[in-house]
Amino acid sequence: MMNNSPSPPHPPDPPHPPDPPDAADPPDPPAAVDPPDAPDPSAAADPPDTANPPTATPTATPTATPAVRARDLTVVRGSRTVLRSLDFTVPRGRITGLLGPSGCGKSTLMRAIVGTQAKVTGTLDILGHPAGTARLRSCIGYVTQAPSVYDDLTVRQNLDYFAEILDPGRGRTATARRAANVTRAIDDVALTTHADALAGNLSGGQRSRVSLAVALLGTPDLLVLDEPTVGLDPVLRRDLWHLFHRIAADRGATLLVSSHVMDEAERCHHLLLMRGGRLLADDTPDALRARTGAETVEAAFLRLVDEATAADTPGRETARGGSS
Amino acid sequence: MTTHATSHPPTLETGHVPARETGHVPARTISYSRTTATATRVLRQLAHDPRTIALMLLVPCVMLILLRYVFDGSPRTFDSIGASLLGIFPLITMFLVTSIATLRERTSGTLERLLALPLGKADLIAGYALAFGALAVVQSALATGLALWFLDLDVMGSPWLLLVVALLDALLGTALGLFVSAFAASEFQAVQFMPAVIFPQLLLCGLFTPRPDMHPVLEAISNVLPMSYAVDGMNEVLHHTEMTAGFVRDALIVAACALLVLALGAATLRRRTS
Repeated sequence: MMNNSPSPPHPPDPPHPPDPPDAADPPDPPAAVDPPDAPDPSAAADPPDTANPPTATPTATPTATPAVRARDLTVVRGSRTVLRSLDFTVPRGRITGLLGPSGCGKSTLMRAIVGTQAKVTGTLDILGHPAGTARLRSCIGYVTQAPSVYDDLTVRQNLDYFAEILDPGRGRTATARRAANVTRAIDDVALTTHADALAGNLSGGQRSRVSLAVALLGTPDLLVLDEPTVGLDPVLRRDLWHLFHRIAADRGATLLVSSHVMDEAERCHHLLLMRGGRLLADDTPDALRARTGAETVEAAFLRLVDEATAADTPGRETARGGSS
Repeated sequence: MTTHATSHPPTLETGHVPARETGHVPARTISYSRTTATATRVLRQLAHDPRTIALMLLVPCVMLILLRYVFDGSPRTFDSIGASLLGIFPLITMFLVTSIATLRERTSGTLERLLALPLGKADLIAGYALAFGALAVVQSALATGLALWFLDLDVMGSPWLLLVVALLDALLGTALGLFVSAFAASEFQAVQFMPAVIFPQLLLCGLFTPRPDMHPVLEAISNVLPMSYAVDGMNEVLHHTEMTAGFVRDALIVAACALLVLALGAATLRRRTS
């Protein structure tokens, strides 16, 4: 976890324990979503903990600032406090899973991170800048839970438009660059054969992949994906997780992926477990299992929920991960 | 991305990550490229919906033909009402199309996505105005051409001035639609805003009876409704061969209203929502 090791600027946050060897599944070369022009030797060979990409050149990049740093983060919607005083960091170049039952505040937290959530208090720094800063808009790829694409455009037309918003240069080189970017993004989500189909005519899973492809345009530093694998078949889900690992490994991008499917937690380098607007844990899957003595992350989560329910008093402090 | 220092040495990229070393346009000022991209996108969406295009272009023409023969015995009345309608049609059509289109943009999540990207609100609004403005030009050209050359609408002034007013009306309709869509939670509500916003103006704009003949209170109200000036402008063209000061004033008022409402509409596009 060399990317994250220089994180001590925040004294209350002790250094994360070193990543166990097989925190997530080793990304084999996936069949369906692997672009033929991208052999990705590093991703295929390296287990995730050493997948810290050789391309990331940690010395040259300011990895001292985590991708996301939240201190006392609170969000109020209407009269309801949706997020209560969250403290966590999301390490760079890794896949962090944001897990918890529906309605626990995952989407709100993601909206706060991408800067579309109102009434956010506390500290929330993204890539070293306060959330919502204009310059962050081109560094963050965001996929909402419901596919947000134009149903009355084809897949390629959708991507053409968003690509031009991200990279608006005119002239031949810009146009060619965008076209290559669009083709790659379509390829990444295995929709090449549907590139000229209307988004509205695609299946739910295909539409959510179009939405994902939009976020993959323009090589963002931080990808915020709100339940990207919901409603997808197991093969597609596996392929997408391979893609996520490749993005983290090859580009050194940080991924924050929410899910309420606990088996996906095993595929993440790092986990944030949420319940009722609070953090139950902020740890690696292995440390979490070790701490709770559970076999799976799901069992660990349930154990933590039971503990939290038992100790449920109004002033209870947020449970902190293995660090405590 | 280029804004951030984490871009990696291109030599070590795996080939499918394009080197994006171009400086990128800040989102603050209006960006020509992003505006035209938005306009192109809106027109492409419409291109996939030929029925809507056909309705937008043909319904005004059919209405004019209908009107022509309703007033078969009094061509004077047709001149007056027909000219007014040439200004009113684009306003109503663009109001409906824009309110539904931007409501869809809000409810589908694409607006939130766009505003999380480096897109200025002005780019988005100008893109919509450009796309629907282009459509309004086609619509108005068809309706005006039909009225002048086939339905014997008797206009003293230049048909180009009719087109100018029609285009400004279309922009006003786009602006009103954009603004109103912020207050509609569903397409049902958006459609209901048409009678609420458009019908009062229709009744008071002088289409049915000259505005000075109305009750003074209504006349005062009609003085602050933009559609009144759209109709006044059309009537100036109807009765004068030259471009009159009255025409210029009316056109400016309609344009100013359109810009004002567009600015109000821009204020309803929130990057942060709860």
